[in-house]
Amino acid sequence: MKKAMRRLAVVLVVALSVSLLFVNAYAKDPYKIGALFAVTGAASFLGEPEKNTALMLQEQINKAGGINGHPLEIIIEDTKSDETQAVLSAKKLLENDKVIAIIGPSTTGESMALVPIMNSASAPLLSCAAGAPITQPVKDRTWVFKTPQYDVSAVEAIYGYMKKHGITKVGIITISTGFGDAGKKALLDMAPKYGMTIVAEEKYGPKDSDMTTQLTKIKAAGAQAVINWSVGPGQVVVTKNWHALKMGIPLYQSHGWGSKKNIELAGKAAEGVIAPLGRLVVWEKLPDKHPQKALLKKYTQDYEARYKSEPGTFGGHAYDSIMMLVEAMKKVGPDKKKIKDYIETNIRNWPGTGGIFTMSPNDHCGLDKDAFEMVVVKNGDWEILK
Amino acid sequence: MLTVFLQFLFSGLTVGAVYALVGIGFNITYNATSIINLAQGEFVVIGGLMMWFFSESLKLPFLVSVAFTIVTAGVIGLLMERLTIKPLKNPDLMLMIMITVAVSILLRGVLMFSFGKEPYVYPSFTEGEPVNVYGAIIQQQTLWVIGITGFCIVSLFFFFKKTIVGKAMLACAVNPTAAQLVGINVSRMVMFSFVLSGIVGAIGGMAITPISLMEYDKGPMLAVKGFCAAIMGGLGSNRGAVIGGFLIGILESMTAGYIHSGMKDGIALIILLLILFFKPAGLFVSKTMLELRKF
Repeated sequence: MKKAMRRLAVVLVVALSVSLLFVNAYAKDPYKIGALFAVTGAASFLGEPEKNTALMLQEQINKAGGINGHPLEIIIEDTKSDETQAVLSAKKLLENDKVIAIIGPSTTGESMALVPIMNSASAPLLSCAAGAPITQPVKDRTWVFKTPQYDVSAVEAIYGYMKKHGITKVGIITISTGFGDAGKKALLDMAPKYGMTIVAEEKYGPKDSDMTTQLTKIKAAGAQAVINWSVGPGQVVVTKNWHALKMGIPLYQSHGWGSKKNIELAGKAAEGVIAPLGRLVVWEKLPDKHPQKALLKKYTQDYEARYKSEPGTFGGHAYDSIMMLVEAMKKVGPDKKKIKDYIETNIRNWPGTGGIFTMSPNDHCGLDKDAFEMVVVKNGDWEILK
Repeated sequence: MLTVFLQFLFSGLTVGAVYALVGIGFNITYNATSIINLAQGEFVVIGGLMMWFFSESLKLPFLVSVAFTIVTAGVIGLLMERLTIKPLKNPDLMLMIMITVAVSILLRGVLMFSFGKEPYVYPSFTEGEPVNVYGAIIQQQTLWVIGITGFCIVSLFFFFKKTIVGKAMLACAVNPTAAQLVGINVSRMVMFSFVLSGIVGAIGGMAITPISLMEYDKGPMLAVKGFCAAIMGGLGSNRGAVIGGFLIGILESMTAGYIHSGMKDGIALIILLLILFFKPAGLFVSKTMLELRKF
């Protein structure tokens, strides 16, 4: 009887310590961060790679021991590409889930809608959308950062390249969404600085199937080049129309052009299209010593191995936002104010997928036109222009 | 100047042809059942995506892919009617229209999960240089779209005027009870109408995908524009839907060309409203006919 009791005690102790071992692995509370992505709806082509990236990074980080032993928990909410939904989900994340910070949302409109909420909650937002108003003016955007390059920087990269090649008269065609409108504004604003004249300014809807009318007008207005500013299928349709019309003037696309899928869809029509692209899509063509190359290679290859598709520029924005936040949490813990201060002052010459970031209290994006390479489509592949 | 005008016109024709086909799709179900099938746009998407699946993914020959796509769309139309419309104990018109909305959302979801969110495309039916007309160009695929639209219109005309099945379908729309009394299987005719409208939508989708690309959520926009086309021409009139479709397409293109591209959707809709203001039944339907309708 005594023996049996002793045996039972031993078993119990062993069982307890084993279970304690397991508990110990997760003894520290998880760091909860929220992520708002447009997984469905009009901007789902942004939200999808962003969500995938978040899931992949969460797994990689936790496999490597989490953040100083704290597991990382990313709570992903679908904003359905809708501002109202983004606001509701952000409130849910902040109030119910008590997240430390939020990654996303995917679009400029949604990000703008969150600015007042983040300010009143005093929690950092690392947006994955590009629009300049997301982080400017900084004094009203204390808690808001963004990782995609400014539209203005992409415009400057294009105009700078055009100037070198003697183009002064351009026709612009933009999609009637937040992305297109922000691009249009940047194109018009920066034109005088580079001595550009906008001779025609056209628009189209996100689901339009033919843009020959607009392109014909641009040609008739005497433009020396067309700049299309859009994301989604529209940029392929414009490319096909441009090719079919044999316009005889070059077509420039925005930084939204950076997906091999676009070349695939446009086929031979894509030949000669020029665009300012982040280095993520052309990482193979970078010199080995480039500070971004190693991380771009790892991220792209991991992503492709896991999801059988390319991450694209957009997945990269989520990568940058998450890694920046993770680094801050690693250094200063889960304190919202300290995280914000850390990102503002300590993210310097920090290589990400979108460029080499240098944040400051006056610049919550940290990228300029050097984040872009001018890239032309040649033989169905990218080629970096000098 | 002529070149530019012609280019605007061709652009309008390209877009208009699709609106016309969607509009006809609406008419077929409407004529047989008085139902507005709001899932019509999804059938266009099914046409484009299934064609891609058969021809590019499975690498089947062109005509086989076309046949399979048509069969798929027909079967989906059939299932839609048999599973959602037929089981209704109390067929209320408004309820049935709401059901078609539900089906459109369901189809969109299924398409999203099976094809993902990215756009798809396959080569034009005939490869080659665009046709040049006085300096304006017209893509070969555009000619296909217009030709196929024309073919659909003519075949449907003969179907409804010359065949027993077609006439029976019309009879069901005018008065289902009377049609039943003279021995027409009304339920079967309703089913046919869904199959047929699904097929017409899918044919449109197959034809436009090489020009405009196709993605899972293009349906609602097409449905709205096609519905406008049908309304403008007068719901129920195929001739009206065709003219309405081309009219809206050309109006959009001309507005974009001569006024501003930002206003094209707005102006086209304003003109639609004006037409309905002066001719509430649409361009090709008389007032007396309108009064005979349930909806």
